[in-house]
Amino acid sequence: MATVSMTVNGKAVQATVEDRTLLVDLLRETLGLTGTHVGCDTSQCGACVIHMNGRAVKACTKLAAQAEGADITTIEGLATDGALHPMQEAFREHHGLQCGFCTPGMIMSAVEMIDRLGSDIDEATIREQLEGNICRCTGYHNIVKAIQSAAGQMGSNA
Amino acid sequence: MGAEGIGARVKRKEDKRFITGLGKYTDDVELPRATHAAFVRSEHAHARIGGIDASAAKAMPGVVDVLTGDQLVADGIGNLICGWAISSKDGSPMNMGAYRALEHEIVRHVGQAIAVVIAETDSQARDAAEAVSVSYEELPAVASVEDALKAGAPQLHPEAAGNLIYDWEIGDKAAVDSALSGAAHVTRMEITNNRLAPNAMEPRAALASYDPAEEHYTLYTTSQNPHVARLVLSAFYAVAPEHKLRVIAPDVGGGFGSKIYIYPEEIVCLWASKKIGGRPVKWTAQRAESFVTDAHGRDHVTVAEMAFDADNKIIGFKVNTKANFGAYMSLFSSCVPTYLYATLLSGQYNIPAIYCDVQAVYTNTVPVDAYRGAGRPEATYVVERMMETAARELGVDPTDLRAKNFIQEFPHQTPVIMCYDAGGYDAHMAAAKEAIDYAGFPARKAEAASRGKLRGIGTSCYIEACGIAPSAAVGSLGAGVGLWESAEVRVNPVGTIEILTGSHSHGQSHETTFAQVVADRLGVPIDTVAIVHGDTDKVQFGMGTYGSRSGAVGMSAIVKAMEKVEAKAKKIAAHLLEADEGDIVIENGEFKVAGTDQAKTMTDIGLAAYTAHNLPEGMEPGLKEGAFYDPTNFTFPAGTYMCEVEIDPATGQTEIVNFVAADDFGTIINPMVVEGQVHGGLVQGIGQALLENAVYDDSGQLLSGSYMDYCMPRADDVPSFEVRHTTTVCPGNPLGMKGCGEAGAIGSPPAVINAVTDAIGNNDLSMPATPEKVWSAIGAAGMPQAAE
Repeated sequence: MATVSMTVNGKAVQATVEDRTLLVDLLRETLGLTGTHVGCDTSQCGACVIHMNGRAVKACTKLAAQAEGADITTIEGLATDGALHPMQEAFREHHGLQCGFCTPGMIMSAVEMIDRLGSDIDEATIREQLEGNICRCTGYHNIVKAIQSAAGQMGSNA
Repeated sequence: MGAEGIGARVKRKEDKRFITGLGKYTDDVELPRATHAAFVRSEHAHARIGGIDASAAKAMPGVVDVLTGDQLVADGIGNLICGWAISSKDGSPMNMGAYRALEHEIVRHVGQAIAVVIAETDSQARDAAEAVSVSYEELPAVASVEDALKAGAPQLHPEAAGNLIYDWEIGDKAAVDSALSGAAHVTRMEITNNRLAPNAMEPRAALASYDPAEEHYTLYTTSQNPHVARLVLSAFYAVAPEHKLRVIAPDVGGGFGSKIYIYPEEIVCLWASKKIGGRPVKWTAQRAESFVTDAHGRDHVTVAEMAFDADNKIIGFKVNTKANFGAYMSLFSSCVPTYLYATLLSGQYNIPAIYCDVQAVYTNTVPVDAYRGAGRPEATYVVERMMETAARELGVDPTDLRAKNFIQEFPHQTPVIMCYDAGGYDAHMAAAKEAIDYAGFPARKAEAASRGKLRGIGTSCYIEACGIAPSAAVGSLGAGVGLWESAEVRVNPVGTIEILTGSHSHGQSHETTFAQVVADRLGVPIDTVAIVHGDTDKVQFGMGTYGSRSGAVGMSAIVKAMEKVEAKAKKIAAHLLEADEGDIVIENGEFKVAGTDQAKTMTDIGLAAYTAHNLPEGMEPGLKEGAFYDPTNFTFPAGTYMCEVEIDPATGQTEIVNFVAADDFGTIINPMVVEGQVHGGLVQGIGQALLENAVYDDSGQLLSGSYMDYCMPRADDVPSFEVRHTTTVCPGNPLGMKGCGEAGAIGSPPAVINAVTDAIGNNDLSMPATPEKVWSAIGAAGMPQAAE
């Protein structure tokens, strides 16, 4: 067993878990943050993407112990003071989700994509950057539109 | 229509919980003292089980119990069923082999469940499942229909000699043979429709709980149709009587057909919860399990011949299809390659004679059932590849050949059961040609050639039958259920409204679009209308969501119930306003005396109905009405899809540079939602055409059983789309709706392949058109494979 400490959505948390516990299981089962989803077992689908120290990370591919001391943000922590993040707003505005299962990972990947590459991002780059996130419902069309729209918003807010 | 009524691009009510991570899917549900299930699965495609030794597993930490199939049989749990009876040409019933939820004698596909381990944690259950020792005597296996039908092929079920489930036919064989022998031209093709894994992003899951005090079960599960699940679990699997079983399908992360069926895991979790004394049992599939347990789709091998007269009119169409059913008959498998396939072989065309026969075949693979489109994509693929190829053989423009043969008058009775009620095929053809600039294609092709690229354009004119379906009609064709829908409208005392529906949303946006129908009728804000679905304790009964039926059937039931509520509300309003009932009109959420400013709000009416202090003489209190809607016909969405590709002859890599969809869905409630449905369907169809393939080797091992090797479409595999609508209203239901959920997946594969084959000048190409296949086909066509 291992005792791990980290900050999750701004709160300090400590948990004692099996050594093999994945970060996603710590988030979902120990902390009850079920917005982070598990859609595959080979690190391809991206439903589990969270932010770890500001980088987009697949929480199914990290041990909880590897997040020792880390600053973690999950989809539940993206809105601030009750105000949705522009990326969340854009997904709703542009119908970038249907069943909603891939959505948390999509949004977390998209936010970090814009943080990393800037708001002046073209469609081809967005599509290429979404390589690690699979959606079966939307055909990506409206996800790409949402990210482009939010990129502008995030840029103008910066 | 109002700002939120029919036709408005209303943003979705359901989105808030999904974009904030507060959706509640089955695996998110927690029950006190829940245990976890892990299944022991066959590693062989075909084997006799010599013994199952669970002693080591039972001794492992946290293990509660290990249960096997002999115990399931001893407890009287029934075999899985196929709910649609199909007879062969000779009148004999279909040959259905026994399908147990846990198999303890002969396993017939890799991944089949043999035993279940129940443990305190998921990890403990999976560890212990690894420790269950199963001794197998391997048997010869067969994975393809061609091999399964050969003399001497391995036999799967004693009930099905030669692995043949049925040999079914439809149409007039003599008339078609006569047309073929007298034809000016016959186009003949062998066409394979590749096997697909549905891959809803949420893996299937079940959380079952038995209450010994009440002898009552609760099942949370990933279902498109919780009431059908309860019915089948009760009536056929004898898990519990219906009134002792509650099925809840909470947020469900996509279905595409794969979550229609009742699978072994749900049965086992319910049974196991009682077996271990009532603690809840939870199971969530890993993706690797999904690949070898979720019902696959498609997998047809077809030979087709189309006869034309000297004027290029179709005079006959003959089709033989061999359908791979996998190792067992899944719940609705039998109707897919028959009544959902062969009945659509007339396409959008006036074809005087059609004959189709279908052999359904067992193989040692995952069971095959309805997957987005279900039979109709397979029919469209056959018809539309034939039309494109025929045009090339005849030396005419493929769009002209289609237009020449379009049905122009409605209703139109095809030779294969369906009676098309309405359509306007020239209109969506024209819309698609304009959107893609069909006339400008030769110039674009020449420009691409100057860059060393092969550019091609392909067309697909699909038709589908949705709004499934008139109950008596499907009953006469062998369906074990009626396919109506139910709705209940509850006006609360404060005037807010709850709509209880038997439809189920797993991405389709019902919480928004169903509320729009109410808003359109009453003029109330959609925020005052709640849609309740997915719980057998709340909604009395319903048939669920599949086959693009929730608009045409589900919303029609809501309209019927609304009409009853409005009629009673008008009586109350007339009484309160001392007016004539016939003078009451509904506007902006108020019941008004026409032409006056006298009005009562929904709240006034609700309060009056529930206080019952001042109601018309003899009227019952309350304001709640239910309705069942049984459709009068199928609906017939149709459209024209056009795809333009560029291919690099050096690599065979295909890029879709332009894709246009022009659909006629009848009345559209929310264009934003409908376009989203089309986009998603298109990418599933493009995935089938270019990327996806569930591949078995000769020993029955699934080679593409993970996202490492089953190529799901990614964002950079597909373009953005141009989606247009033309409209002929469906005369068969009150809203004039046809359905939009499957069109994209039905219409797009032939458009893509017709474009690729146009580009490379070789019709001999099968899906998925991978770069390797395309590159080889370019070489076979004698074209240069490397840019000069």
